[in-house]
Amino acid sequence: MTVKIKEFPGTSLSEKDFDEGKILFNYDELKGEFAWDTGIAIGSYLAALKEGLILGAACYTCHKIVTPPRTVCEWCFDPMDEYIPLLDTGVVNTFSLCYVTWDVQRIEQPEIPAVIMLDGASSLDSGPIMGGIMHKLGEVKPEKVHIGMRVKAVWKPAEEREGSVTDILYFKPIEN
Amino acid sequence: MNQRVAIVGVGWAGFRPATPEVSYKELMYDAAVRAYTDAGVDPRRDVESFVTVAEDFHEGTSIFDEYTPDQLGGALKSVQTITGDGLHGLATAYMLIRTGQFDIVAVEGHSKASNILTLDEITAYAQDPVLNRPLRFNTHFVAGMEMNRYLYETGTTREQCAAVVVKNRFNALANPSAPYGADLTLQDVLSGPMLSAPLGLRETAEHADGAIVMVLASEQAAQQLVDLPIWIEGIGWCNDSPSLESRDWGQAIYTAQAARMAYSQAGINHPLQAIDFAEVDDIYAYKELQTLEALGFFRPGEAGELTAEGFTTPEGDLPVNVSGGSLGCGHLLDATGLARALEVVLQLRGEAGARQLADVEIGLVQSWRGVPTTNGAVAILSN
Repeated sequence: MTVKIKEFPGTSLSEKDFDEGKILFNYDELKGEFAWDTGIAIGSYLAALKEGLILGAACYTCHKIVTPPRTVCEWCFDPMDEYIPLLDTGVVNTFSLCYVTWDVQRIEQPEIPAVIMLDGASSLDSGPIMGGIMHKLGEVKPEKVHIGMRVKAVWKPAEEREGSVTDILYFKPIEN
Repeated sequence: MNQRVAIVGVGWAGFRPATPEVSYKELMYDAAVRAYTDAGVDPRRDVESFVTVAEDFHEGTSIFDEYTPDQLGGALKSVQTITGDGLHGLATAYMLIRTGQFDIVAVEGHSKASNILTLDEITAYAQDPVLNRPLRFNTHFVAGMEMNRYLYETGTTREQCAAVVVKNRFNALANPSAPYGADLTLQDVLSGPMLSAPLGLRETAEHADGAIVMVLASEQAAQQLVDLPIWIEGIGWCNDSPSLESRDWGQAIYTAQAARMAYSQAGINHPLQAIDFAEVDDIYAYKELQTLEALGFFRPGEAGELTAEGFTTPEGDLPVNVSGGSLGCGHLLDATGLARALEVVLQLRGEAGARQLADVEIGLVQSWRGVPTTNGAVAILSN
C-alpha cells in the first residue's frame, strides 16, 4: 500500500459493481471428470475397507509397514507385494482443530483431522511402523484431544460400505 | 563441466488404449524399474535428480509434482516437475548434468488419458478464458484452421496428409508397443468423418496410456555404465506467441527455431544429409508434413509430395516415424516427445526388432505440445 493512501484513497470495488456489470467478469465452470484407475495397491486397500479391514504393505528390507499399501517401497525401491491387515486401533500422531470447512464456511465446533499410527502386525513389531492413517476424530470434545491419545475406528455398517476411505466414519477415543 | 550428456537407460510401460490394471503410479514404477535396470543404476544410490513432465489438468491433481517421488525412487532427493512435453524434461535433465552438479538424472513422462473422461473440455481450458473460450469451439478447431492455412500456402493436398496416416499406421504393425497398427488405403482415411474440416477424424491420433523413463548421465558416468550410450548432440525448444489472432497459421516457425538451436549445438548445416531418420509430431497427420518442412528437410510444399512418393517410409531416403508415430502408438499426452525419443534411442542401439533401420548413426526427435500451443522442441541423438 502506498504511503500516500490517505491523499489518494482510490475507489474500491463493491459487490454492486459486479452486480451492475461494471466489472469485466467471466463465469466458467470446469468440467473435469476423471476415473482414476486405483491399481493393485489402492484397489486392494479400498476393497479391504469394504470388508472392514485396513491393509498395510510391508517392506522386510526396511522393516516398515505403510498404509495405504503401495507397490514400491519409497526407501529402498524394492517391490512391496505383501499386504497385511492392520488393527483398527492406534495412537494420535498429530491433529488439528479446524474451524473452517472444506467449502470455506466458519464453524463453531471444529473438525478434527488426525494422523493415527495404527497398531501393526506382529511380524514386524521389532521395526518402526509407518502405518499412519490420515482420517478424522469424532465422539470427543476438542479440548480433550491430545497427541498420544489411543483411538479406535468407528465403521459404517457393513451393508453401507462402498470401498472408500469414508467407510471409516471417524476414530474415537478408547475408554480406559 | 561441459561434458557431453548421454541417454544410458530407457524403460517403458503401457502403450495401450487403456491400462485399467495399474494406477498411474504403478505404471510409472514399471517403466522406472526397466529404465534403471537397463542403465544398471540403483535409483536410491545413484540417481541424483529426477525430472518429470506433467500437466495438472491431465492428472486431476493440482501441484502434481508432490505425487511423483516415491514410485521413481526420488523421495528425499532433488525432484522437479515441468509443465511441458517430454523433450522439455529431457532438455532440463541435460542442463542439470551440464551444470556439473549432477552425474545421473532420470526423466519421466506418462499418460493416463483413458482416465480423463472429459479430455476435450480439459483441453479447452488451454484457450484464453476472456478472448477465445467464450466462443465455445472444440479446441480441435485450432488444428483445422492451421491445416487449412498450411494446405492453402503450400499447395499440399488432403490426399498427401492421408498418406502420412497410411504410412505411420502401417509402420505400427511392426512395433509391438503400438496399439493402432493398420493396413489402410488413402480412401479408408479420406472416407472417415470430418473432425474440423479440412481435418478428418482419421487424421487425428487416438490416445493411449503409457509411461516412459530415461536415465541420463554425464560423459564420464555414461562410459562407466553402458557399452552404447546414446549421445544428446543438440537440444532446443521454442514457443511462439500464444495469440490465435496473430500467430503464423501456415508454418511451424517455433519448430524451425527449436531446430536451429539444436542444429547449431550439433554442428548440422544440412539436415537431410546429416540426419539418418526422424521421429516427429503427428498428432494430426498434416503436422508431420508441416514439421518436416520446418525442420529444414524439405522446402514448404515438398513434404506432401515426397511422402506420397515414399521418401519417408522405412525404406525411403529419410524414414520418418518408423515407430508408427502418435497415429500408430497413440497420443501419450505430455509423454509424447519421450515416446518419439524412445524410438530414436532403440534404433540407434540396434534394438528396434522387426522395424530396425540399417546403418543409422544420427536421429532427430521433434515434439509439439498439441492444440492450441505454438510450442516445439527438437533433439539430435547419435550413437
